[in-house]
Amino acid sequence: MRIPCPHCGTRDRREFYYYGADDYLRRPAADAAPAAWDAYLHLRDNPAGRLRDLWYHEPCGSWIAVDRDTVSHDIHGAVAVADLGGGRT
Amino acid sequence: MRYSGMRILAEGLTGNRGWGPAWRTPEPRPAYDIVIIGGGGHGLSTAYYLARNHGLKNIAVLEKGYLGSGNIGRNTTIVRANYFLPGNSEFYSHSLKLWEGLERELNYNVMHSQRGLINLFHSDGQRDAFARRGNAMINQGDDAILLDRDGVRAMLPYLDFEQTRFPIYGGLYHPRGGTARHDAVAWGYARGADRLGVDLIQNCEVTGIDIAGGRVTGVQTTRGAIRAGKVGIVVAGRSGQVAAMAGLRLPVESHILQAFVTEGLKPAIDHVISFGMGHFYISQSDKGGLVFGGDLDFYASYASRGNLPMVEHVMEAGMTLMPMIGRAKVLRSWGGIMDMTPDGSPIIDRTPVDGLFIDCGWNYGGFKAVPASGWCMAHLMATGTPHEVARRFRLDRFATGHILDEEGTGSQHNLH
Ligand SMILES: Cc1cc2nc3c(=O)[nH]c(=O)nc-3n(C[C@H](O)[C@H](O)[C@H](O)COP(=O)(O)OP(=O)(O)OC[C@H]3O[C@@H](n4cnc5c(N)ncnc54)[C@H](O)[C@@H]3O)c2cc1C
Ligand SMILES: [Zn+2]
Repeated sequence: MRIPCPHCGTRDRREFYYYGADDYLRRPAADAAPAAWDAYLHLRDNPAGRLRDLWYHEPCGSWIAVDRDTVSHDIHGAVAVADLGGGRT
Repeated sequence: MRYSGMRILAEGLTGNRGWGPAWRTPEPRPAYDIVIIGGGGHGLSTAYYLARNHGLKNIAVLEKGYLGSGNIGRNTTIVRANYFLPGNSEFYSHSLKLWEGLERELNYNVMHSQRGLINLFHSDGQRDAFARRGNAMINQGDDAILLDRDGVRAMLPYLDFEQTRFPIYGGLYHPRGGTARHDAVAWGYARGADRLGVDLIQNCEVTGIDIAGGRVTGVQTTRGAIRAGKVGIVVAGRSGQVAAMAGLRLPVESHILQAFVTEGLKPAIDHVISFGMGHFYISQSDKGGLVFGGDLDFYASYASRGNLPMVEHVMEAGMTLMPMIGRAKVLRSWGGIMDMTPDGSPIIDRTPVDGLFIDCGWNYGGFKAVPASGWCMAHLMATGTPHEVARRFRLDRFATGHILDEEGTGSQHNLH
């Protein structure tokens, strides 16, 4: 699997660390109800198909959000998390 | 038909004409008291114990492919009870006891082989942690022996003890650990359940879960609608999709785990060896193939096949530990879809929908759990209360903070 880093181009999967689905970008407000925090930390849609998930590109030190198919492993693009408006979407 | 040595002899002398199919192939009926979704190890054992322990009739198992086509036929067959945390410890201990009587119980040869499992350690700190784990196992009533380096050398002389990266300090030996033939476990439970009247319905994919007034009323399938009083979701890697049919979002992310097998060789590796530090474990099958694997590929996937970096990593770790296997030819590799939870422990619980139950989150350790999982899931579905040894496997434990993080690696699905 090769992953397109918006800064460095398409690179070997071994250069990346995986974090999980992009739910982590939707951090609840500090005073949100416990259920919102549980959902944010633990619950996942876990789709068989298109998923946007977070990878860390070690050489350039940036987090990227990858649009990926979990069944075919096809990659449909990636954007820098920093370009997503302060890390929130 | 009862299987026995006499039967094999008699059949052998009469041209093997008396063997019949091991289970029926019934048409689905319009309604059952209990429907189990998923004909893997856990679904089949749940159905078996519902009939066997609770005297229930009128049960169906719905399987989208053929029986045993999922992870039950893809795992590396290790059976052990070397857990540490209260909650896991008593559950896997119960499971190992069921394994020890399983062949008699099912009248089926599952080739359960208690050849012993050795978990290697490579530092003083790891030795202390393993000593503590061994004490927990002994307190639970199971067996554990702490081996020093010479003790390991006497049993596994072929390991590379002097390797510079992870020199071997010793191992935690679990004599009752071992392996079993994975698909025979599915077949044995399938035959046992069928003989107790359970309908095993293959090529029947559940496509919807019917709910009325907060209560489950049945399922939609590729072979028509089936009404049901109670429904159990037991679909391992597919838990997220099937739970979504009932409007549920689970604390589960599906990941890929790969495994490998070599050509058949003369007996060389007599135990199960786990080299956790290098992410590698190995045993030798009764056919002679070396069966081995390592860690997850580490990204969410439903591909049933992995990527090359993990193949390379597993091979390197194997060569670090035991250079003698370097010239064995790998015949096959494959992957299975693992239902990973944020703490690495399973879920056997009710859901917010009345009459709908779930058994999932087996991560990469659900083969050894097949007997106790079915036992406890059947208890829960039949009586409405959790079984004593599975009472901590709650669906809401992440929200309440009662997590069971056996490896102490934190709240992220791919870290366990
Ligand atoms: C490479 C590998 C190595 C492993 N090694 C070990 C090991 O050494 N020791 C150990 O303890 N565990 C091991 N495991 C883990 C173990 O195999 C699993 O945890 C366990 O098999 C999962 O439970 P199951 O048998 O019920 O799953 P499965 O066999 O996957 O059963 C689930 C069934 O549900 C069916 N299904 C899914 N969706 C639907 C639907 N909509 N309708 C109807 N049916 C459906 C599937 O077709 C499947 O047959 C390993 C797994 C892998 C992949
Ligand atoms: Zn980069």
